[in-house]
Amino acid sequence: MKSVRSLSRRLFGSLALSTTLGLTTALGLIGASAAQDTIKIGLIVPMTGPSASTGRQQEAAAKLFIQQNGTTVAGKKIELIVKDDTGAPDTTKRLAQELIVNDKASVLLGFGLTPLALAVAPLSTQAKVPQIVTAAATAMITEQSPFIFRTSFTLPQASVPMAEWGLKNGIKKVVTLVSDYGPGLDAEKWFSDTITKGGGTVVENLRVPLRNPDFAPFLQRVKDASPDAVFVFVPSGFGATFMKQFSERGLDKSGIKLIATGDVTDDDLLQEIGDVSLGVVNTHHYSASHNSPENKAFVEAFKKANNGMRPNFMAVGAYDGMALVYKALEKTKGNADGETLVAAMKGMSWTSVRGPVSIDPETRDIIQNIYVRKVEKVNGELYNQEFATIEAVKDPFKAAKK
Amino acid sequence: MTHSVENAMAMMTRTTRWSHWETLFWLASLALLPLFPNKALLFSQIAIMGLFALSLDLILGYAGIVSLGHAAFFGVGAYVAGLMAKHGWGDPTLGLLAAASGAALIGFVTSFLLLRGSDLTRLMVTLGIALMLFEAANRFASITGGADGLQGMMVKPVLGLFSFDLFGKTAYLYSLTILFLLLILARRIVYSPFGLSLRAVKANSLRAGAIGISSATRLVAIYTISAAYAGVAGALSAQTTQLVSLDVLDFHRSADVMLVLVIGGVGWLYGGIIGAIIFSLMQDWLAGITPQYWEFWIGLVLVVLVLVGHGRLQSYARMLIHAITHKGRVAHPDQRGTS
Amino acid sequence: MVTILFDGIAYGMLLFVLACGLTVTMGLMNFINLSHGAFALAGGYVTAALTQKAGLPFLLCLPLAFLFSAVLGMLAEKLLYRRLYQRSHLDQVLFTIGIVFMTVAAVDYLIGSQQQSIHLPAWLRVRLDLLGGSIGVYRLFIIVLCGILALAIQWLLSHTRFGSQLRASVDDPRVARGLGIPVNQVFAVTFALGCGLAGLGGALGADLLGMDPTFPIKFMIYFLIVVTVGGTSGIMGTFFAALLLGIADVAGKYYVPQIGAFVIYALMVAVLILRPQGLFTRGGSR
Repeated sequence: MKSVRSLSRRLFGSLALSTTLGLTTALGLIGASAAQDTIKIGLIVPMTGPSASTGRQQEAAAKLFIQQNGTTVAGKKIELIVKDDTGAPDTTKRLAQELIVNDKASVLLGFGLTPLALAVAPLSTQAKVPQIVTAAATAMITEQSPFIFRTSFTLPQASVPMAEWGLKNGIKKVVTLVSDYGPGLDAEKWFSDTITKGGGTVVENLRVPLRNPDFAPFLQRVKDASPDAVFVFVPSGFGATFMKQFSERGLDKSGIKLIATGDVTDDDLLQEIGDVSLGVVNTHHYSASHNSPENKAFVEAFKKANNGMRPNFMAVGAYDGMALVYKALEKTKGNADGETLVAAMKGMSWTSVRGPVSIDPETRDIIQNIYVRKVEKVNGELYNQEFATIEAVKDPFKAAKK
Repeated sequence: MTHSVENAMAMMTRTTRWSHWETLFWLASLALLPLFPNKALLFSQIAIMGLFALSLDLILGYAGIVSLGHAAFFGVGAYVAGLMAKHGWGDPTLGLLAAASGAALIGFVTSFLLLRGSDLTRLMVTLGIALMLFEAANRFASITGGADGLQGMMVKPVLGLFSFDLFGKTAYLYSLTILFLLLILARRIVYSPFGLSLRAVKANSLRAGAIGISSATRLVAIYTISAAYAGVAGALSAQTTQLVSLDVLDFHRSADVMLVLVIGGVGWLYGGIIGAIIFSLMQDWLAGITPQYWEFWIGLVLVVLVLVGHGRLQSYARMLIHAITHKGRVAHPDQRGTS
Repeated sequence: MVTILFDGIAYGMLLFVLACGLTVTMGLMNFINLSHGAFALAGGYVTAALTQKAGLPFLLCLPLAFLFSAVLGMLAEKLLYRRLYQRSHLDQVLFTIGIVFMTVAAVDYLIGSQQQSIHLPAWLRVRLDLLGGSIGVYRLFIIVLCGILALAIQWLLSHTRFGSQLRASVDDPRVARGLGIPVNQVFAVTFALGCGLAGLGGALGADLLGMDPTFPIKFMIYFLIVVTVGGTSGIMGTFFAALLLGIADVAGKYYVPQIGAFVIYALMVAVLILRPQGLFTRGGSR
C-alpha cells in the first residue's frame, strides 16, 4: 500500500510536469503574437484583495477612454493589457518585467499602492519605460525614477489646502487620525506642519492600524481631546465604517468638526455611507459633481458603461493617465521610444474632467486644482459639492525641497 | 515486524538512490530556460515558492507541526537579506547565509512555544507570532521602510560573476540551484537516523519517548531547520526581485504556502515544488484570462480537488502514465516505502 | 473609562455571536471550517438588501438574516460539508478555503466590490449618558441581544433534549447512533444554527465592522483567535474569550495606541502558552 502511494506521488509529479509544459507552451504562444505597429500599454492594478475597488475603477476608466478616443493614435494601434497584481509588490514587479520583456509594452500604468509603484521604479529606469502612477499617492514616488509620472495626486497636495482652509475658518486646535502607512503619515505630517506654522496646535497624532475593524478606541481619544476639528485620512473603502462610527459616537454633535482628504468621502462609496456624511468638509482634486461639460459627459458615459457605478478619483487618475499617453504619442507622431515619450510628457497640459491639469516638467508630478468641498444632497444623491478652488497646486513636498 | 524492518531498510537505502524521474525532473527544469526564455521570472518565483513549501513540508510532513505563520521566517529572511544589501553587504551568498541564520534563530526561540498543545493551538501560536512580526515590521518603519517597503537595495552579482538581468535568467538559475542543493540536503536530513526518529515522534510521541527518543529536542531541531529554509526562500525572493515589503510577512503568504503544499502532497519533499508549479501556473493562467475573478476558479479547483480526493486524482494520473509508459518501470523494487 | 469598557464589551459580544458557531463546528464536531465568515457575509448582505431595497425594518431583518444563513448552512452541510467530517484536517482547510475564495469572487461578480451599508432606525443611533460615561444605544442593543443569545445557547446545550443528543453524538457518534440518536440530523441542525448565528452576527456587525466581499477573509483570523483562546470545550469559553479579547483590544488601542495592534495577538499567544488548550477545557482527553 505504502509503495503504491509513494509511486502514485511520483507519477503524479511527472504528470504535473507535463501539464506544466503544456501550459507554458500556451503562455509562450500568447506572448509571441505581437505586431510592430501596435503600441502596448500595460495596466497593473490590484483587482482582487483588499484594494480591489481601485483596480475596478481604473480598468473601467482606461477602457472607457479607449472606447471614446479610438484604438488608433498617430497611425499606431493601441492595445491595453490589464494585469492583476493582488496588491503584492513582488507580483507587481514580475508583471511589469513580463510586460516590458515579453509584450514589449511601451508604457506602464496603474500601481494601486505606494510599495507597488516603488517596486517597479528601478525597472522603469533600467528599461527606459515610462511608468505612469495613476493611483498611489505618497509624495516621494516620482523621485524614485526619472521615468515616473503621476496623474493621480499626492497627499501633501490635498492635505495642505485642508489645513489652510481650517486656519482661515477658526480651527486652531486639531487632532489628526490617519491610517498607519506611507500615505497616512504623509497626510499627517503636512497637515500638522501647516497647522502649526499657521499658529494652530496639534493636540494629538493618532495612527490607526490598517487592519482595524473597530475605530471606537481612537474615536474615543478624539472625543476626550475635544479639539476644534479632527483631520482624517483613511484609504477609500474604510471611509464608510469610519463615518458611521464617527456619528454613532456622537462626535458630530459634540462640536468637533470633521475635516478630511477626499479619500474618506470617496464618490464610489458616498451613497453607501449615507446621510452621516452630510456637511463633511474635505479637500481633493476630483468630485463626480465637478461642474464642467467634460465631466458631465464623462460621468454619464462611465455610469452607462459600468452598470451605474459612479466614477471616483481613482477612475479619473487612470482616465488622465491614458489621456497623457495619447497626447504624448500624438506629439511624438507615434514614436513610442521611452525617452522620447518622457520628453513629450513633461510639461504637457490639458483640460481634464477634473479641471485644468499639467505635468510639472521638473518633478513629473501632476499640477492641478484642489477643491474644497462639502458633502450635500443633490437630487436625492450625496455628492461632494465644490465651493472653493485653490488653483494649480504643485506637490508641496517637492516644492519644499528647493 | 519483519515487514517493517524491510521497509526501514528500503527507506535507508533510498537515501543514496536517485530515481530516474528525479533526474528527468531537474533536467526538465533546466531545459525550461531555453524553451521559454520569456517566462524565467515566473519560474524563478515558482522555484522560490517551491523552496518555501519544502520548508513547511519539513515540519508538517515529517514532524506533524501545522503552521499558519510560516511567513514569519520567510519575512525575516527577506528583511535580513534586504537590509544587508541596503547597507553595503550585497553579496548574495553572504545574504543567504545571514538570512538562514537569522530565521533559524527566530525559529529556535519560538519553537519552544510549540512543544505543547493541539494542532489548533500550534496553528494559532504560529499565526500569532507571524502577525506580531508583521506589526513590528510596520512599527519600526525607520529600519524596515514600513508599509512603503525597503528602499535602496544593491544586490551584487552571484559569486561575483553573474549579475541579475531584466529577463530573470540569472534569477531563475540562481533560485533553481539553491532549491536543488537544499533539496538534496533535505533528503539527507529526512532519511538520516534523525529524520527517522522524527517520524517516530510524529507517529506516536509517547512510544517514541519510551524507546529513548526525546520529542522536544527533535521538534526544536527540525523547526529551526525549517525556519532556516524558509529564511533562505525569503532571501532569494528579496535578492531576485530586489525589493522587500511588508507583504513578505503577510498572512496570505502563510496561507498560500499551506495550500501549495497540500495541493502537491505533504510528506515527500517534492510536494511543495509540484504544488508551487501547479498553483502558480494556474494562478498566472487564470489571472491572465480573468484578472478580476480568478480567485473563484482557484477556489473551485480546491473544492473539486478535495471532493474527488487527491488520492483518486493521483491514481488516475498513475493509470494514465501507466498507459503511456512501459509497465516494467512502474514497480521498481527499490522505490518502496516512503511516507 | 466606562465608555471604553462598554465599547470593548460590545465588540466582544459581536465577536462572540460571529464565532460561536465556529466553536460548535470546530470544537464539538471537530471540523475546521474556515468558510464560517461566508455565512456572516450572507447575513450581512441579506440585511443590507432588505433594509435598503425592500425597505423592511431593521429589527425584522435580524431574524430573517438568521434564517437565511441557517438555511444556507443547512444546504451546504447536506450537499458538501457532511462529506468532510471524516476527512483529515488539511482536507477540511483546503476545501473551506476554496469555498471562501469562491464566495468572495462570486459576491464580487454578482453584487460588486463596494461596501454594503445598513440603515439603522433612528432610535438606535442615539447616545445615552450612563454611569458617568457616554454610550451608544446600538452598542447597548448588541450587548443585550448577544447576552440573551449566549444564555439561550447555553441553556439549549445543557438543559434540552437536543443538547444532550448533541453532546452524546459528539462524544461517541457510534454509540449515540446505537442508542437511536439521529446523529446526522443533530449535526445538520447544529451546523445550521451555527451558520444562522454567524448570519445574525454579520447583520449586527455590518454597521460597526463594515461589510464587503472580503469580509470572510478579513475576519477569519479573528474568529480563529476567539475560538482558540476560548478553548473548544463549549460556548462559555468562547463567550469569555470574546469578551476578554474585545475589551483588551479596545482598551489597548485607547491607552497605548502605539502598540495597540499587538495587544490581541500577544494576548492570544500568552494565553496559549499558559493554557495550550485554551482558557476553558473539557475534562478528559481529546
